[in-house]
Amino acid sequence: MPKDNSIKSILIIGSGPIIIGQACEFDYSGSQAARSLREEGIEVTLINSNPATIMTDPVMADNIYLKPLTKKSIIEILEKHQIDAVLPTMGGQTALNLAIDCDKAGIWKKYGVRIIGVDINAIETTEDREKFRHKMIEIGVDVCRGETATSFLKGKEIAQEIGFPLVIRPSFTLGGYGGGFVDNPEEFNEALKRGLDASPIHEVLVEQSILGWKEYELELLRDNLGNVIIICSIENFDPMGVHTGDSITVAPAMTLPDTVYQNMRDMAIKMMNAIGQFAGGCNVQFAVNPETDDIIGIEINPRVSRSSALASKATGYPIAKIAAKLAIGYNLDELKNQITKTTSAFFEPALDYVIVKIPRWNFDKFKGSDRKLGLQMKSVGEAMGIGRNFQEALQKACQSLEIKRNGLGADGKEVTDQAALLHSLENPSWNRLFHIYDAFKLGIPFKTIQKKTKIDKWFLQQIEELIELETEIEQYSLDTLPERLLRTAKEKGYADRQIAHLLKCWESEVFKKRHELGIKRVYKLVDTCAAEFEAQTPYYYSTFDQENESEVSNNKKIIVLGSGPNRIGQGIEFDYCCVHGLYAAKECGYETIMINCNPETVSTDFDTADKLYFEPVFWEHIYDIILHEKPEGVIVQLGGQTALKLAEKLDRYGIKIIGTSFEALDLAEDRGRFSTLLAENNIPYPKFGVIEDADEALELSKELGFPLLVRPSYVLGGQSMKIVINEQELEEHVVNILKDIPGNRVLLDHFLDGAIEAEADAICDGEEVYIIGIMEHIEPAGIHSGDSYAVLPPYSLGDFVMQQIETITKKIALALKTVGLINIQFAIKNDTVYVIEANPRASRTVPFIGKAYQEPYVNYATKVMLGEKKLKDFEFKPVKKGYAIKEPVFSFHKFPNVNKELGPEMKSTGEAIYFIDDLMDDYFLDIYSKRNQYLSR
Amino acid sequence: MRQTQANQDMSQNSFDQSQKKAVLLLADGSRFEGVAIGKIGTAGGEICFNTGMTGYQEIYTDPSYYGQIVVNTTSHIGNYGVEDSEQESDSPKIRGLVVNTFSQDFSRPTGTDSLQNYLDKNNIVGISELDTRLLVRHIRSKGAMNAIISSEDLSDEELAAKLAEVPNMEGLELSSFVSTKEPYFVGEESAPYRVAVLDLGVKTSILKHLASRGTYLKVFPAKTSFQEMEQWNPHGYFLSNGPGDPSAMDYAIETAKKIMAADKPLFGICLGHQIISLACGVSTFKMHNGHRGLNHPVKNLVSGKSEVTSQNHGFAVSREEVEKSGILELTHINLNDNTCAGIQVKGKKTFSVQYHPESSPGPHDSRYLFDQFINLFKS
Repeated sequence: MPKDNSIKSILIIGSGPIIIGQACEFDYSGSQAARSLREEGIEVTLINSNPATIMTDPVMADNIYLKPLTKKSIIEILEKHQIDAVLPTMGGQTALNLAIDCDKAGIWKKYGVRIIGVDINAIETTEDREKFRHKMIEIGVDVCRGETATSFLKGKEIAQEIGFPLVIRPSFTLGGYGGGFVDNPEEFNEALKRGLDASPIHEVLVEQSILGWKEYELELLRDNLGNVIIICSIENFDPMGVHTGDSITVAPAMTLPDTVYQNMRDMAIKMMNAIGQFAGGCNVQFAVNPETDDIIGIEINPRVSRSSALASKATGYPIAKIAAKLAIGYNLDELKNQITKTTSAFFEPALDYVIVKIPRWNFDKFKGSDRKLGLQMKSVGEAMGIGRNFQEALQKACQSLEIKRNGLGADGKEVTDQAALLHSLENPSWNRLFHIYDAFKLGIPFKTIQKKTKIDKWFLQQIEELIELETEIEQYSLDTLPERLLRTAKEKGYADRQIAHLLKCWESEVFKKRHELGIKRVYKLVDTCAAEFEAQTPYYYSTFDQENESEVSNNKKIIVLGSGPNRIGQGIEFDYCCVHGLYAAKECGYETIMINCNPETVSTDFDTADKLYFEPVFWEHIYDIILHEKPEGVIVQLGGQTALKLAEKLDRYGIKIIGTSFEALDLAEDRGRFSTLLAENNIPYPKFGVIEDADEALELSKELGFPLLVRPSYVLGGQSMKIVINEQELEEHVVNILKDIPGNRVLLDHFLDGAIEAEADAICDGEEVYIIGIMEHIEPAGIHSGDSYAVLPPYSLGDFVMQQIETITKKIALALKTVGLINIQFAIKNDTVYVIEANPRASRTVPFIGKAYQEPYVNYATKVMLGEKKLKDFEFKPVKKGYAIKEPVFSFHKFPNVNKELGPEMKSTGEAIYFIDDLMDDYFLDIYSKRNQYLSR
Repeated sequence: MRQTQANQDMSQNSFDQSQKKAVLLLADGSRFEGVAIGKIGTAGGEICFNTGMTGYQEIYTDPSYYGQIVVNTTSHIGNYGVEDSEQESDSPKIRGLVVNTFSQDFSRPTGTDSLQNYLDKNNIVGISELDTRLLVRHIRSKGAMNAIISSEDLSDEELAAKLAEVPNMEGLELSSFVSTKEPYFVGEESAPYRVAVLDLGVKTSILKHLASRGTYLKVFPAKTSFQEMEQWNPHGYFLSNGPGDPSAMDYAIETAKKIMAADKPLFGICLGHQIISLACGVSTFKMHNGHRGLNHPVKNLVSGKSEVTSQNHGFAVSREEVEKSGILELTHINLNDNTCAGIQVKGKKTFSVQYHPESSPGPHDSRYLFDQFINLFKS
């Protein structure tokens, strides 16, 4: 069936603020869907409360509603627009749930809106464990066997029927208390009794244990005719027991024979067909018994998911884009492969490379949280590495994580405490991968490692092989190292830095030697078809092989550095900025080149930049791309701290930084020099000092007086920032910081207790400054700006204060010779405006202000950075009506043991925008009345 | 180690000592160096690539690959070893093997051996650690050609001389080399239907699929005449897949003509499909670089539905001639290049497909074709 022409107007529901488990992958899918539908001449209306998204940009949809994801908002939209259909599969579980709520309330029916892309019954079958189980049994798909028992006898009967190993899960206990795994009948009686006792209603679920089984995911697409294709098979490195969002995953599946894989494929299709006959995407998860190859269906999600975003980036097949076309009636055989543009969209991508995804955690932000990985997802982001072999992809993924490692191992950070390693192998946390490496290095036997981790032998062999290679390399010096060995190390993904560590020489020497030997990166295409057909899409990854496929054009080029994996303090807002930077540079006639390694983003979509290098935002990879492409310059101020941190090295290597110079960036970071600048300009700032050890800190505290704000320099999202009120706290915190970040120059600021905080964002072209917005925080000073409610424009600051803010902002922007964006944070006490810090880069609030005022500030700023435009070339017409409130959103519910307390270190994972007409608004009054509730020190 | 002109001392370290050098030379002079896998030796054949990401053992043992050097495009090969039950014939039929990264170690509790041991035992010469993507792009642009792999320190001249001896695939009859020498039976004698299989290089799983659907099979050598097969009084006939140029197989074309003349149910797969087409007066041609993989899209024009298919062919049936023939109906097309993927002889119980519905390896979407065949006996 071709396109359904009765659908002329579609509503897409977004996923709302970023929380753990639902991140910017849904901005990617929503944006793709919106574009895909508009291509077909369909009017797209979009609702999402998350202002940091690209999908809510005027370039993406016809009507945009930055409204809370509620029935009320949906009704408001349906009253105003003639909507023919709603597509709820692009906005994660949030969107599906809202669609169900609206359905139950009869809203869709009332307004004559069809649900496309999924059907309600399918969602219900997949969400209800019992319904799912029955459905699977009905179609002959094995599921995890289990039953509830309310008596000892019943429990024993169930155990007898299912066999061992088993897991006992008491009902209504927190965090799995009283439950556990039972390997044999001897342990069972005791464990069952313990479980029944632990449950307040004396009920336990006795279930077949599939802990340690191999875990897989398949991504499916189906059209109205029932044609189904599998876009990607994903194998979890971490076996069953760790949430797939917290697992290291690999594509294509590495250890599956065709017989087992095809059985799994058959089951996946059967499962999708069993839950309903809708046209769209689906994700199915399986567990495979490593001894017998038996397969069990774990779950099915009838929507685009985090894994489908990963699968899209892993294969090049744009799942959301095609799923949107299927939803409006197209069949797969009527569509073209978007990468080759000549072959059919009905096919299954063939990969000739490997991808490895590693999650990024932020446990440090949740003090006291249980860091063990389990059934609940805890990671906040992810990075993907692409390589010609597993080892290369693994090393590249590790290099992408930005956790102060240079890859997997070979950086002097190995752990050698045997007991700690053994514990970690069995109790996975964020660092298990590194500990597996360490365990091999320490000589812990292969069998022990496998027994404790239950990770497939093949993966472990791959890591073991790396250690063997390193041992070999360590026997040489740089001069004696055989070329072949150096080449092998590079082919296996080792960074020059890692090799330098092994050879005890400098990174630059390794770089020089390999370039002399002609061991250089080449770039290969992600083309969906393993080179069987010619591809038209410039999506590249690097490897060490013979042929380079990335031809360099004669156009003038600009590279935009992305922000890497999402983490608290650096998320989707920077992807928003990068994407707009790319669009703006394109408008100015540049060939745009994107470098990023976050598979959840729009910036890594193959048609966002003119050329995409899916590579770690890691010096060596960036520098090699720069040498290859020879761009006019590199934009660092849009990719958050990740990109900004690379400015120094770019500058040192003589590569042009677009916009504000490195010197100015550095000056703003250097508290001492920056304060001198403030003093020279008669700008007030809190009394401060710099210390390098605890003794100095105590000395200085006498001068500054408590309370003090303690913060390390060069950190992200207020990491390790704390307010201390006495000498004991000060000493303790300074010692802690220097343990984590040795040699750091720690700043002590006199903390302005009870001050009001505000921040200003501005664009400066070096001559003129335009303030795009000033936001006032609702909470008092002391809570990180990312965690505060903030109001645009300020709601309680008088003209006198506002004038000071404006004057100071302009002065600083000019004094720093800013070209591009700048964000300045203020504390206001007794009508005096103090400057806390200045960041000459895109900030978290820029997308927010852009959305609220409906102006493309990042676009303007990029054109200014490029020197293509001056501020006077733009006509600023912000839509100023009422107030826009920025609402921080937290993921504390994922960490039951952690109290919500806020301070100078950022903890929120996302944000929402809420518009009010005046200050009498109930929403505002409510948060205003609670403003002091969570402040802790 | 991915340089074509690599020139290193091989004895410096153990990462090298475990690796013997191998060379791949193509007929157009392109030369690749890599690391030897499988048997140490020299082997020549037509080079082709397969894009499947699983199922290497099934691919290597498929008799249709007889005389060919297979390039696996997927980045890792050997990960799960080999398993006795996953053979498509008694032994590997490929001439040589080219892979990107080869796993000496494997992970599969039920696996019977490592791929290295298996190749070595079966005298298959291979090469790894070379830029297989470059090689595939090369074949894609230059077309199928002969090639030779050697891990026996031959001089370039010797290698070129041996390469020149490799026969040209066009016009080459190969079925008789892989076909059974004596007839044999598969399945239960008590099964309701008997099917005569003309073995042009048949894959084991095809026989399994037929037998599991209530047929008793007698598998005949490639050059068996229709008369001889007819004496067994089968309900239907099956023309199998196999290697080589179909146009060089007059004997099989003749047999096919007679089966059709007798108006008996006839089903052909791959080479069998080409033979049936030739028997209907439609010609075949050598493709630029063929279709080999597990992801080829085929549309069934009768049902309107599409299927992801397993394919392995270097020759194809002229779609234009099928559509003009008058006696044939085009039933399936390849959605990537619109070539002919299946036909039905009008008014006859004869149909055939270019791809592999037994799909071993590959997706199981097309197995309905076996049922379609069996249903012909019922009507």
